[in-house]
Amino acid sequence: MTHQEDELLPLSGIHHFLFCRRSWALITVEQQWDENIFTIKGHEFHKRVDDPFENQSGPSLIVSRSLPVRSFKLGLTGVCDLVEFHPSKDGVNLAGHSGLWKPIPIEYKRGLPKPDARDEVQLCAQAICLEEMLSVTVERAFLYYGKTRHRTEVSLDQQLRDLVTNSAKEMHQLYARGYTPQARYKKECKSCSLVEICLPTIQTEASDVKKYIQRFLEEDQ
Amino acid sequence: MKKLGNVLYVTIPEAFLSLEGETIIVEVEEKPKTRLPLLNLDAIVCFNWIGISPKLMGACVERKINLTFLTPYGKFLANVSGNIRGNVLLRRKQFALAESKEESLSISRNIVYAKIYNQRKVVERTIRDHSMVIDQAKLRDVSEKIKQSIQSAKDAKDTEELIAIEGYVAKQYFSCFNEMILQQKDEFAMNGRNRRLPLDRMNALLSFLYVLLANETRSALESIGLDPYVGFMHKDRPGRPSLALDIMEEFRPILCDRLALTLVNRRQISPSGFLIKESEAVLMDDETRKQVLTAWQERKKQEIIHPYLKEKIPYGLLPHVQSLLLSRHIRGDLPEYPPFFME
Repeated sequence: MTHQEDELLPLSGIHHFLFCRRSWALITVEQQWDENIFTIKGHEFHKRVDDPFENQSGPSLIVSRSLPVRSFKLGLTGVCDLVEFHPSKDGVNLAGHSGLWKPIPIEYKRGLPKPDARDEVQLCAQAICLEEMLSVTVERAFLYYGKTRHRTEVSLDQQLRDLVTNSAKEMHQLYARGYTPQARYKKECKSCSLVEICLPTIQTEASDVKKYIQRFLEEDQ
Repeated sequence: MKKLGNVLYVTIPEAFLSLEGETIIVEVEEKPKTRLPLLNLDAIVCFNWIGISPKLMGACVERKINLTFLTPYGKFLANVSGNIRGNVLLRRKQFALAESKEESLSISRNIVYAKIYNQRKVVERTIRDHSMVIDQAKLRDVSEKIKQSIQSAKDAKDTEELIAIEGYVAKQYFSCFNEMILQQKDEFAMNGRNRRLPLDRMNALLSFLYVLLANETRSALESIGLDPYVGFMHKDRPGRPSLALDIMEEFRPILCDRLALTLVNRRQISPSGFLIKESEAVLMDDETRKQVLTAWQERKKQEIIHPYLKEKIPYGLLPHVQSLLLSRHIRGDLPEYPPFFME
């Protein structure tokens, strides 16, 4: 299934989506956003990477920063922090450059590698966008972590690609329904910038609203 | 919970505000008077005529600092807002619930429960704290009548009936308001509740506090993404923030009435701070308004445990918290709207 231009969702959302479907829905469906110390540090960190006009190119390397991408197959659109183009026989022509080039996306993250696959999924989604836009296969992709100051290569295997495709599909399903999943409190909630909008802890008491009201009304009767 | 920021009240009619870097400059007659940082500001409430620079307006919109213009007498003029915030789907659900008689009744009923309960609490507190100096019989009688009205509110079949009950309770409650005035009794005596125009000092004071509360409630609803003009109990009327008026019913007794009584009973404001016009309308002077605003700010900082969230919050966040809980109900996360009861 392919999507229309006005159906595209933010690619970076897939990162939130894997972290917490509710936080993704609060941002994307309900258009809520709150900053906290982590998100502000993130912006500051990215300021150093993101400058679409600061490109470097040489005979053996083209570096493109803040490269806008999209995929109609995934229905996602976003910006790659950095894409390197290396000369390659099975690469593609690039406007303004001679020779054949192959893209390698590199996504910058401020902190440390995450215990789950959300960074990898975001990067893989970028790779799939590049493949679709340039008609090329992307074999290599890297995550750069600010805390370790290292690039880690991510294997864009079928399992990861399936995870991207399925997540994107599910995002579109929730978005079409305008549905925000219920909250489930977990320890990561503490560091989420949306915690004060989400109020994950009140969910457990949902059925108690009646009891709560009764408690006051029957206090001294 | 979100942090309660400061509110800048500009009460000098000739003041002009502008932005320099991250600092607000307040000028009076083109001379800089005060500078203060934009950081940690929740709202700017202008009672001035001269104005504020577009650049500062822009900064306020960007940082979700609520910017409101009132006339020097406290009547609402305008509010500056940028792109409509929040979620069209949430607003659609809000409209759908407002269309449904059953749903409107359920939300309104919970609001009325809390309003009545909190009014009774104000009366009961006076009995508890000042039993020696008050007409106990009168207050106990009112308290009993309010208590019985809770049952009537339970049985109300539609919002009209509910509004009638709420009106009856308000009448009872205000009938004993004078008993709760312990100092400066003659000067601040009120003869029922009147709004346009306030015909005595207590009414002038209450009206002013209600304007402040309505403004903060409206802005809280907006920042949650709800439409403050589409209410469940108050009917739609162009230019009237019905939902804000609905929600603030719960807070009036706690935030405004009690504060008004405290200000008078502790002699923090004096009768001479009010101007009685030829039409008998009563106006507050600048100095008194400043004292009221200061007390209002102080009151907002006092902390309570929210009985539903079981979390410590300052009074000033109540409009925000209740808006949030209402949006949770509208969205379907909560089966009913949990109103605020004063413990």
